[in-house]
Amino acid sequence: MTSKILRALVYVGAILTALVLAGIVGYILINGIPHLKPSLFEWTYTSENVSLMPALVDTILMALLALALSVPTGVGAAIYLVEYARSSSRFVRAVRMTAETLQGIPSIIYGLFGLLFFTTMLGWGLSLMSGACTLAIMVLPVVMRTTEEALLAVPESYKQGGFALGAGHVRTIFRCVLPSALPGIVGGVLLALGRCVGEVAALLFTAGTVAQIPDFGGQGIFAIFDSCRTLAVHMYVLASEGLHMDETYATAVVLLILIVILNMGANFAAKRLKRGM
Amino acid sequence: MSKSARKEGFARALFTLAAAISILAVALICVFLFANGLPAMFQIGIPEFLLGTTWKPGSDMYGIFPMIVGSIYVTAGAILVGVPAGILTAIYLSRFAGSRVASVLRPGIELLAGIPSVVYGFFGLMVLVPFIRVTMPGRGLSLLAASLLLGIMILPTIITVAKNALDAVPRSYYEGALALGATHERAVFRILVPAAFSGIMAAVVLGVGRAIGETMAVVMVAGNQPVIPNSIFDGVRTMTANIVLEMGYAADLHRGALIATGVVLFVFIMLISLLFSAIKKRGEER
Repeated sequence: MTSKILRALVYVGAILTALVLAGIVGYILINGIPHLKPSLFEWTYTSENVSLMPALVDTILMALLALALSVPTGVGAAIYLVEYARSSSRFVRAVRMTAETLQGIPSIIYGLFGLLFFTTMLGWGLSLMSGACTLAIMVLPVVMRTTEEALLAVPESYKQGGFALGAGHVRTIFRCVLPSALPGIVGGVLLALGRCVGEVAALLFTAGTVAQIPDFGGQGIFAIFDSCRTLAVHMYVLASEGLHMDETYATAVVLLILIVILNMGANFAAKRLKRGM
Repeated sequence: MSKSARKEGFARALFTLAAAISILAVALICVFLFANGLPAMFQIGIPEFLLGTTWKPGSDMYGIFPMIVGSIYVTAGAILVGVPAGILTAIYLSRFAGSRVASVLRPGIELLAGIPSVVYGFFGLMVLVPFIRVTMPGRGLSLLAASLLLGIMILPTIITVAKNALDAVPRSYYEGALALGATHERAVFRILVPAAFSGIMAAVVLGVGRAIGETMAVVMVAGNQPVIPNSIFDGVRTMTANIVLEMGYAADLHRGALIATGVVLFVFIMLISLLFSAIKKRGEER
């Protein structure tokens, strides 16, 4: 008797979760897909077309810049932790503790810090650069942790093989260890990318809300100090203005599609990692 | 020194530097947050700031007590909604689901984890809020709406961590229970769940951390009145919402008070992560 009740409870819980998931995704898709009009993808934003194209390009620029900063740092830190560090040293414990701390800090705190440090103190203003640096710190622990896991999963024999062939430590890391850990690292990078794409609170006061692609043609590289809005920020602005609900739904669909693609990529990478072993 | 030894040393230094970045980042965040927040807190007066119930930047009154209470209420609500459903789903995925159902549900939960908070917020604004407005008292923008939405948002965190804890219980525990004549359900609830208890608690604490730090989704559905709510149908403002709503135009002491709100939130998060490590440590010892 109690067995039946317990079983029913478990099923109710699982069905509830499945319904919530289907409900949210279904609702956004049903209301958004009919409004995916070509005018939404025009190159410049006006209050007429409410184009999401500039925001989409800004999202890509922002994410690439953030990853360009955080991936080398995160991968380097993970290599240090796995290949060089003695786990008992105070430095290593401090690195691990701070990485865990970074992972728990809410994005609004990152936003405040970015505003105080990059935007105000360094004088970068509301800009692509300020936003990307803020995001880079935010996703650093994600890259670090996934890379560390991937490196730990590489069989010791690969490394011994490298050494046996006369390669130095660095060459062994880059030629034997990193290539076989690559799918895991890619999975982590895609996860980090997903966080960059969906972030709003950390960007509102660091990158601002200007719906334009930074003017790289006119200002060259200095355009990274232009303000811009990513797709998620764009959606937040539209939703709080409340004037363009159809376009808001459509933007949500584009965001969802991006996240699904990133998730599928991460899963594919994880499978490659398993098969490669 | 030979060329290759120099190369090795240089690489080692670079990797060490990369590892030091996370220490540097945390140090910078602490310094900038506290250096900008604490002076304002002292100027307002710590008791007036933490326990004051009036937030009126226009007349220089900065009491964030309603926001602290708001954050706690909303988080408690999210836990009430998200924890039972999350743990039951974790149990289902770990011990009940067939491989075909699991292969659909698992990526679904990953998707749920990946959906940006604005999308959740927008869903809440367009579906939950009107539903509450029509069927219940109040304007819909409420503690209830925020709790429900946050409860959904912490589901994937709770499910993933709790499932990992359940999966890690040795097979022999389950087999032993069956050998003693327990049914599958009894073995799961009386043996596996208690054995995975510290992992499940860790899942709950992580959920608390996510809920208290969530910003955009809460801002969109909570109503944001800076007063302590009298019922779950009243509007509520969290600490995160307080920062994001007013930081755009705040200046001087008002700005300092918002950063100080961030300091208080930061301290809350630190306490939660201390609790988390304590639970994890205890689990490892057992």
